[in-house]
Amino acid sequence: MINPKPATYAPVPLIEPGHTFSSITDKIGGVVLTMKTPLSWFIVVSIGLMLMGGLGLAVTWLLIKGTGIWGVNIPIGWGFAIINFVWWIGIGHAGTLISAILLLLKQGWRTSINRFAEGMTIFAVMCAGIFPLIHTGRPWLAAYWLFPYPNTMAIWPQFRSPLIWDVFAVSTYFTVSLLFWYVGLIPDLATLRDKAKTRPVKMAYGMLALGWRGSARHWQRYEHIYLLLAGLSTPLVLSVHTVVSFDFAIGIIPGWHATIFPPYFVAGAIYAGFAMVLTLAIPLRKIYHLEDFITMRHLENMGKVTLVTGLIVAYGYISEAFFGWYSANKYEGFMIWNRMTGPYWYMYWTLILCNIVTPQLLWIRRVRVSPLGLFLVAMVVNVGMWLERFVIVVTSLHRDFLPSSWGMYYPTIWDFMTFFGTIGMFLVLFFLFVRFLPMISIFEMRTMAPEAKLTGSEGH
Amino acid sequence: MDAAHSLPPATYGLLAEFDTPSALVAAARRAHEAGYRKLDTFSPYPIEEAWEAIGHHDRRLSLIVLIGGLTGLATGYGLQEWVHQIAYPINIAGKPLNSWPQFVPVMFELTILFAALSAVFGMIILNGLPQPYHPVFNVPRFEHASRDKFFLLVESTDPKFDRARTLDFLKGLDASEVNDVEP
Repeated sequence: MINPKPATYAPVPLIEPGHTFSSITDKIGGVVLTMKTPLSWFIVVSIGLMLMGGLGLAVTWLLIKGTGIWGVNIPIGWGFAIINFVWWIGIGHAGTLISAILLLLKQGWRTSINRFAEGMTIFAVMCAGIFPLIHTGRPWLAAYWLFPYPNTMAIWPQFRSPLIWDVFAVSTYFTVSLLFWYVGLIPDLATLRDKAKTRPVKMAYGMLALGWRGSARHWQRYEHIYLLLAGLSTPLVLSVHTVVSFDFAIGIIPGWHATIFPPYFVAGAIYAGFAMVLTLAIPLRKIYHLEDFITMRHLENMGKVTLVTGLIVAYGYISEAFFGWYSANKYEGFMIWNRMTGPYWYMYWTLILCNIVTPQLLWIRRVRVSPLGLFLVAMVVNVGMWLERFVIVVTSLHRDFLPSSWGMYYPTIWDFMTFFGTIGMFLVLFFLFVRFLPMISIFEMRTMAPEAKLTGSEGH
Repeated sequence: MDAAHSLPPATYGLLAEFDTPSALVAAARRAHEAGYRKLDTFSPYPIEEAWEAIGHHDRRLSLIVLIGGLTGLATGYGLQEWVHQIAYPINIAGKPLNSWPQFVPVMFELTILFAALSAVFGMIILNGLPQPYHPVFNVPRFEHASRDKFFLLVESTDPKFDRARTLDFLKGLDASEVNDVEP
């Protein structure tokens, strides 16, 4: 790291000094193996469960009545379901980026944040998965529409459709993320098994740990496949949002049919994901007093990644506007003009304010090293990324080629209940994870302890 | 606990405990140099030098993952060609039945999926997991292997294993404790 003013800009360590193997184990494992759950945990889970109740109600009513209860209608046939799906999937991208790409790039600071970022990925993909499942109002039909299995009607899915690619991309992403997460957890589950005091707890973690005993022969194979999984996940994570962008880009709707979409979507996903990691990390380190492990250096680095990906997203917006003009296609030109000045102008300009203007605050170091400042910027980006998907989906559809088929989109209470319900589900799942599994990788944190340095041998 | 005077009828091996990773690696190297081959070390985090010291390096997983990935690729290609040419040929927008460029995303995803599954299950199977019982768990101190201590195991099936002499050897290696492992 370039260090022009060492007096004011001494790099904060990745782990506060004074930690040993056992203090790391006790600090992180203690969050799980304690009887004392912070009050804020109960508050968040209660809110989450309440919102989930709304989700249950909205989905039940949807199954009874059909998609007519939603605000979607021609010309806007894609409404909240796809907006929320893309928003959640995007959030899910940071977890794998942190655990895989930063591992391959040997970024040591990933160690403190990769576990809960991976958890966040899995829960975000679960929330995302709800929408394609229910968006037809008849989820039981999805089985033969989407999955290639020999059914009695002898019909098969259409593999030339990006919607099928999406099914394969998202389900592969979910499976691989889950595997990556579980493999990372195995040694920590063994730690919890050995640390637990009561027999049922020992049994539960013992079964999940598969009898892990830290053998060198096991570690060698473990490290081998961990690296391979990182290598496999890296193109995978880039492919998932690329395929999601194909859902739009393969269509001929002005505003969707653009070659910029795959990189622009991937950058947006990482941007949204890092904003969500910040949104979760800042309260968590406060509630569980993890400032020793999630230091200001981590938060600042995440702020920098957010700023960089935000600039790529800004480039995406600029190129969309540029192509609207440069294509000399009147439909493309009208689309971008309608986005900026049409009935949804306030959505577009709020989006620009949230995703382009606000993150520029991250250039200022005072904001990057202030947890509150980072948290506020991250919240604004979370909102901005949702607005981005709203603008892409709705403003492209509501006024297409024929003025006679123009229309407006008005989401209903059921749309909102479903959306906020998935946020509740995410909170509940995430806080259950924080309560029952170590939210920071204990064994990887041990490698950061000063004791882990080998003396009197070559290497390291 | 020094078990020298309460000799068990049969032993799985001897387990030496070390306080630092450097002591473990040095001890594992010396044990390997002394001719012991049925060695294993236990540590709370991966130590590359430890498996190098006991002469272990299993490269089979690379091949397993490669075969898994290629199987996924072939499955993806075969499935889509079969569906669109044989099982359910249907003309979509005048595209040829074998419109293979459109099959690439699913081929790619299945390659990754199969490779990742073979990596994880390959690791679990080659490691002999799940294995809830292992003799080393009988040593009460062993719960520190997942926490803050480092262990070197010499199995009794090693041709060079002789309880008394191996015990002396391990004690001479800076071990903080040496325990018998009940089978």
